[in-house]
Amino acid sequence: MKLTHHRSIGIAYLSVSATALVTGVLLSLLMRLHLAWPDWPLPLHGPVLPEEYLGLVTLHGTLMLFFVLTVAPLWGFGNLILPAQIGSPTGMTFPRLNAAAFWTTAAALILLLASPFVPGGSAISGWTAYPPLSALASSGPGQSAGMDLWLGSIALFAVASCMGAVNMLTTIVCLRCDGMAWHRLPLTVWGWFTAALLSVPAFAVLLAALVLLFCDRHLHTGFFLPATLAVNGIVTHNAADGSPLLWLHLFWFFGHPEVYIAILPGMGLTSMVLANFARRRVFAYRVLIAATLLIGFLGILVWGHHMFVAGLNPFAGSVFAISTLAIALPSSAEVLSWIATVWGSRPRLTTPMLFALGFVSLFIAGGLTGPILAQPILDQYLHNTFFVVAHFHLIMAMAGVFGLFMALYYWFPLLRGRMLNETLGRIHFFATLLGAYATFLPMHITGLAGEPRHYAQLTGIPGPGGALLAATMPLQRHITYAALFLAAAQLPFVVNLWITLRRPAISASNPWEATTMEWAPDAFNPAGTDDPQTFVAPCQYSLDGRHFHPQWQPVTQPDQAE
Amino acid sequence: MPAIFTPPKIDPRDKLGEGDNGSGRRPPTDKRTGGGGEGDNWNDRPAGSRGPRERIAQSRIGLGFGLGGIFMFFVAMVSAFFATKGNGHFDAHGEWVYAWMPTAVPRILGLNTLILLLSSATAEMARRSMFREQDIMDEWIGLGRPTSRRAAIWLSATLLLGLGFLAGQWVAWHELAAQNIFFRSNPSSHFFYLITVAHAVHLFVGLSALVGALVGLRASRQFATRQVLVDTTVWYWHAMGALWILLFILLEFCQ
Repeated sequence: MKLTHHRSIGIAYLSVSATALVTGVLLSLLMRLHLAWPDWPLPLHGPVLPEEYLGLVTLHGTLMLFFVLTVAPLWGFGNLILPAQIGSPTGMTFPRLNAAAFWTTAAALILLLASPFVPGGSAISGWTAYPPLSALASSGPGQSAGMDLWLGSIALFAVASCMGAVNMLTTIVCLRCDGMAWHRLPLTVWGWFTAALLSVPAFAVLLAALVLLFCDRHLHTGFFLPATLAVNGIVTHNAADGSPLLWLHLFWFFGHPEVYIAILPGMGLTSMVLANFARRRVFAYRVLIAATLLIGFLGILVWGHHMFVAGLNPFAGSVFAISTLAIALPSSAEVLSWIATVWGSRPRLTTPMLFALGFVSLFIAGGLTGPILAQPILDQYLHNTFFVVAHFHLIMAMAGVFGLFMALYYWFPLLRGRMLNETLGRIHFFATLLGAYATFLPMHITGLAGEPRHYAQLTGIPGPGGALLAATMPLQRHITYAALFLAAAQLPFVVNLWITLRRPAISASNPWEATTMEWAPDAFNPAGTDDPQTFVAPCQYSLDGRHFHPQWQPVTQPDQAE
Repeated sequence: MPAIFTPPKIDPRDKLGEGDNGSGRRPPTDKRTGGGGEGDNWNDRPAGSRGPRERIAQSRIGLGFGLGGIFMFFVAMVSAFFATKGNGHFDAHGEWVYAWMPTAVPRILGLNTLILLLSSATAEMARRSMFREQDIMDEWIGLGRPTSRRAAIWLSATLLLGLGFLAGQWVAWHELAAQNIFFRSNPSSHFFYLITVAHAVHLFVGLSALVGALVGLRASRQFATRQVLVDTTVWYWHAMGALWILLFILLEFCQ
């Protein structure tokens, strides 16, 4: 297949993500090992210095959020599945733009992965790169060349995301096949559509913020630098009169939509997979379409909840608290629909279905702490503690990864003509679910006990605070063991891939008895039909669940069309 | 206006009879032509390749989304402009220090704005000349390529005016530099340079697109391709002109 073909681009995106995922997981394990046993010297390296720990945090966050949770669900599976799912006869609208977006993303990853190897090492400001420290090369090792590479990498990523989003949006608007009306689009497509719609403004604003930060670093401006500044014990007076708060506004205007960009495709797929294996229509389909769009819309109005303790006007804090609580409504609508869809059904507990149920479980478990953190008064205490880390790792990281595994197990027969082994899949699912909860639930407790984020070491700190932190050490060791278990739990999946790909392909079309267009007999056949047609909405099953009406099958009796 | 309206083959409505409330049904128009005759029915082709209308719609919609991104980039810049303008601090003696000093906008920017407006007019002439039915028919029966010839003239004029605008901006930067106002001088001069340079970069992309469209007018044999090239380039050019007017008002009146 040509390099501009959307499916080869999709596979290429997934391999970029896989590289970032493996690297990010290894970095997180190093972090956990260091937190539990701070004196343990890393083989071939020696003791882990505090700045190296911060470098691990930064790289882990940047790799995971940008290159895994954004790239894989939106650009990877979006390219692989979306054209077939909307019945597009020609793939994507702008294949060359699509390819350019991919190569720019790949260049961004290379820049980021090169950053630990420059003098000073990788950037240490976290994935949020808060100034003034990120604006001053002298503020620490890694803040000179490493930070520049980070800036360059994320700027490239932002440009690539805008290009990819323009291509995806135009494809969804223009290349739906005959009969694929908007209300017949699978919820997965609605997830991709909303995420791409958010990507354009979010990444454009991020790019502007990066340009301003670059000017602060190299062109003697001070957009984010206050007039008087004490860094590393040295007080400097700047001609500038900027404010780090400006960066926070610009960054989180991007950053909060970004987490919805990461999770919306998974939410859409969850709806479709639950319906498919419960053999039920999706409960309140049109409400879910509205909820998806509403989550996207509210998602750009909530950025201030990241800034409650940053010096935001308290009245502004109340506004952002209300908009954040409001977003719980469409999110609850999604959860209620998921529960109602499977309620009282007899679901077939295949591996994709298990991962969909796991997604719902993690979404609820992580989501319940959202309204807690949305209260400015509670956030005063919880801000920058591991409570927040637990929250977003459950609802975004783990739910996002469960979405990816769901997509892989569900679409693998389509992509490679083989079913992944179900037994190994179940082992993989249950071990991953157990590992996820065992790792991230205790972080709520250490967070409530006061464990701050970005602390390289919790022992040897004088005073009562140090005593409190030292008291969390048994739990820290538990979290580290659980994280190692969670990483090891991915072995069955690797073995599964290895075994399955060595077997000969068996082309059972539509093994899950799915109703959406990508499972149409010729949808993935390059020589197949070039004029797909859609006749009904997705998820049409008979009452006993045995019969189903795929979207590509013409309606024979008028009263069947519903 | 297409000669024949064809109803879609598949009813996009799920419930038959939906919308039939006794006061007549929706007319079956979905802006498709029936094509020119035997074997030439564009409706029989897959979605997305039903003639030039769909291609041009795709490029315009794609451009629209892209322009949304560019617009948000400048919205972020302008937000930072106002946020920085409002900044100040108390010094050690309790005096309020306010660093922002408005940058006097060079007079030549008014002239540049006029040039850019004029270039939008010439660009629009080029765009409209691509859609003149008379010329299209002439080319169809083999009487040369009158559309491309005419559009090329207008596009070249746009290109020259666009270069003139950029040269004018260059002069403006030099005028400021002669008055010792540089990028690093003052928060307001940071923004003056940032905004004008960022706009110039986007306009440079527009100039490249103009060159691409001129090359395409000569090289492309497909009429639809030439239409798409010119149409998209010109809409981008208009958008950059409109953006400049907003930015010019900001720099002139909001400092």
